[in-house]
Amino acid sequence: MKLSDSREIRAEPAIVWTAILNPEVLKACIPGCQSMTGSVAEGYEAVVKQKVGPVSATFTGLVQLSDIVEGRSLRIVGEGKGGVAGFAKGSADVRLEPVEGGTRLSYDVEASVGGKLAQLGSRIIDGFAKKMADEFFTRFQEAVEGPDEEEAAASAAEDAPKKGWFKRLVGG
Amino acid sequence: MPKDGGIGARTKRREDVRFLTGKGRYTDDINIRGQLHAHFIRSQVAHGRIRKIDTRDAEAMPGVVKVFTSADFAGAGGLPCGWQVTSRDGKPMLEPKHPVLAEGKVRHVGDPIAVVVAETLDQARDAAEAVVIDIEELPAVIDMKAAVQGGPLVHDEIGSNLCYDWGFVEENKAAVDEAFARAAHVTTLELVNNRLIANPMEPRVAVGDYEDHSGMHTLYTTSQNPHVIRLLMGAFVLSIPEHKLRVVAPDVGGGFGSKIYHYAEEAFVTKAAQVLKRPVKWTASRSEAFISDAQGRDHITRIELALDADHNFTALRCETYANMGAYLSTFAPCIPTWLHGTLLAGNYRTPLIYTNVKAVFTNTVPVDAYRGAGRPEATFQLERVIDKAARELGVSPVELRRKNFIKPDQFPYQTPVAVVYDTGNYHATLDKLLELSDYKGFEARAAESKKRGKLRGFGLAHYIEACGIAPSNLVGQLGARAGLYESATVRVNATGSITVFTGSHSHGQGHETTFAQVISEMIGIDASQVEIVHGDTSNTPMGMGTYGSRSLAVGGSAMVKATNKIINKAKKIAAHLMEASEADIELKDGKFTVAGTDKEKSWVDITLAAYVPHNYPLEDMEPGLEETAFYDPSNFTYPAGAYGCEVEVDPETGKVEIVAFTAADDFGNVVNPMIVEGQVHGGLAQGIGQAMLENCVYDENGQLLSGSFMDYAMPRADDLPFYRVDHSCATPCTHNPLGVKGCGEAGAIGSPPAVVNAVIDALHRGGFTHVTHIDMPVSPARVWQAIHG
Repeated sequence: MKLSDSREIRAEPAIVWTAILNPEVLKACIPGCQSMTGSVAEGYEAVVKQKVGPVSATFTGLVQLSDIVEGRSLRIVGEGKGGVAGFAKGSADVRLEPVEGGTRLSYDVEASVGGKLAQLGSRIIDGFAKKMADEFFTRFQEAVEGPDEEEAAASAAEDAPKKGWFKRLVGG
Repeated sequence: MPKDGGIGARTKRREDVRFLTGKGRYTDDINIRGQLHAHFIRSQVAHGRIRKIDTRDAEAMPGVVKVFTSADFAGAGGLPCGWQVTSRDGKPMLEPKHPVLAEGKVRHVGDPIAVVVAETLDQARDAAEAVVIDIEELPAVIDMKAAVQGGPLVHDEIGSNLCYDWGFVEENKAAVDEAFARAAHVTTLELVNNRLIANPMEPRVAVGDYEDHSGMHTLYTTSQNPHVIRLLMGAFVLSIPEHKLRVVAPDVGGGFGSKIYHYAEEAFVTKAAQVLKRPVKWTASRSEAFISDAQGRDHITRIELALDADHNFTALRCETYANMGAYLSTFAPCIPTWLHGTLLAGNYRTPLIYTNVKAVFTNTVPVDAYRGAGRPEATFQLERVIDKAARELGVSPVELRRKNFIKPDQFPYQTPVAVVYDTGNYHATLDKLLELSDYKGFEARAAESKKRGKLRGFGLAHYIEACGIAPSNLVGQLGARAGLYESATVRVNATGSITVFTGSHSHGQGHETTFAQVISEMIGIDASQVEIVHGDTSNTPMGMGTYGSRSLAVGGSAMVKATNKIINKAKKIAAHLMEASEADIELKDGKFTVAGTDKEKSWVDITLAAYVPHNYPLEDMEPGLEETAFYDPSNFTYPAGAYGCEVEVDPETGKVEIVAFTAADDFGNVVNPMIVEGQVHGGLAQGIGQAMLENCVYDENGQLLSGSFMDYAMPRADDLPFYRVDHSCATPCTHNPLGVKGCGEAGAIGSPPAVVNAVIDALHRGGFTHVTHIDMPVSPARVWQAIHG
């Protein structure tokens, strides 16, 4: 399946770019991510726990970044093996361009599944992939730009990573 | 008064008592002390190279006895194919090896790679997670035309995905082309016969057992033909001599073709039981069945019908791509050829026919016979193109068919596609259908539907099938690697009861009832005195099993032949006891009499004399009363019929409702009308399922998308109408002793074109005349899209 979307982030392209290359950001943004180790050059090993329709599984897989055009675009390729549950793999072509007040992040995602995931979950896989992509980029946006004022107040009491934490981290 | 026993009686099925009370004994009910459980690890990709399999961690897990891979089957043969088709160029089909467990490559999702055998099923499943399998995924080929046009090779070693390129009748090709050049009208249709998954209620199960001290193997399996499995697995896969291999297929919960074939799991449990010296059991999950049971149909066809100016059919020309899947299943090559091309004359006098069939390997589950097997594909294309021709010519589809029917006085009829129809009366079944379906009243019903905003359509389809396969010498010439006779042993017990051991196998057909009715009729004893035994190679004579609507026509004939031997011998004994001439002995209602006298001996007097031969012609005759017969048919049987489907289409949504379905069949003589009607009902449900609901779909990577009942739509009660079925237009088969033709597949063969013809008729009546065809299943989405062009 394929899906494309874009969103505007209230941060400069340079900050957005640094965030994309940061494994802590990826870990926080990939829904269900349990661990992530590695580097941009060698790729990351990730453990992701997810439930797709009737199939729940822990995927172990490799995430690699390629086609890197500094500050402008890159390709994120991942493949996760979920044992008897099957496998999922996909890629996202991500592009950044400056717009007034921040950065437009555009992405084209391609994803496919196999094994039991495909056999039992094919009907819901499109919706699932869209939800995952939405959630990833929403989290990413929040990590980079921080919350609206009222949301910030509301989430101040929670233990979870605060929205906008990355932006604060890099002093943006 | 209806008969209450014997041939023609609506005897209730005796087997239903145990099935309906949960007392059936299926393969999964068999548990042998000390048995282990097998869990198959199957490929998740449609095509890939196996780089590495590491079983060490799994073998260290609790309860695990051994993890098997292809290395453990190094000495075993591949699963054999039982039919060889020859290509147009005279070369034999390409026949790649079908290993028990994948060797080097996986070729479809579900291809077995490794098997964990453990003390419990849960332990085997848990350990399967620890088996490390590294597979390099390769590009898969799913589309048949892409497969033969330079797509990735499913089997590298054979160099092509084209299994065979078959022409039939090759000698007629030029004459057919010439007839098309001269035709006044040519109708062309391109269509898909959708791939189906059989989904019998009982998934496949196999239990292997081995006796070390005697070297005896036993395989309990969900099979339609245990002797065939014993022959194929023993001789070709595991090299076990037949006297050391017993195959038992106990109660089997439906097969529909999918349980004919020899499967890897059967060979696996048999071998594993020997290696481990313990029984090994495997039960398929429903998910596993979807990706490991042979699937059905899957043809892409272009068909052309040539007519002269008077609307006589002058020639028929077809080109078909037939999907074999990733490996050749046991009988796969003969389905699109000898069970398909030979039926293209249908009920008609078309003098010239040529068909070309290209069988193609793809990275999908193997395809083989499914209820009807080749004949539904032939019937669908023929009955659709005739309907389309009638519309193009502006004539009634009913009258165009009637005009071209083989006439009742033309039987036996030699078709241009090899087969000779012995009997039939297609005009009679058509008239019966039109009467039963109140065809005259259709226009009024259509007008009434229109008031409700619905489009009503009537679809007609005729079918013929070749059943009772087959003369062994003929099929041998056509490439069969087996004989296709059937067998029976009739054992009369000392006190007169009878045990019949048949080579046929019942998995829903009701043999235990009908076969007993036949014996009851022949001897004149109550059917309760007759027991029918089937499904165990250790006590039944070598038989070829049940498929292709052959049990009564071939297996029943063997039983009749053996029973006639019994009667002849019993008459000799009776003649001795009554001191009369054998020629004067008559058997009626279970009594032997001497013609013209009042002398009489009961059936039991004779059977007792046979086993207690105190007064017995021992010098002339052996004691005992037991006979075996093998029956090899001299021709196929040719059931035929007319089916009428009435639909209402909602033009707003595209939803089709079948409001009436009528079947007028000619099955020849009928032993149990109730069972025959049940078979027709079941066949219709499956045919309507194909036409309306069922569709097996792979994505471009070879992942099965319709892999569960969530996505593969089985017909349910509310999808089906109350049927009107009739089998009164009987023209008995001329060459078997019972005059029977077979009824098991008819419903699935005749109904799909009737449904689609009805939908097209409805749309045309609604003014949507641009719609000339809709591929099955005719789902609301497809109908709506067709309406909106």
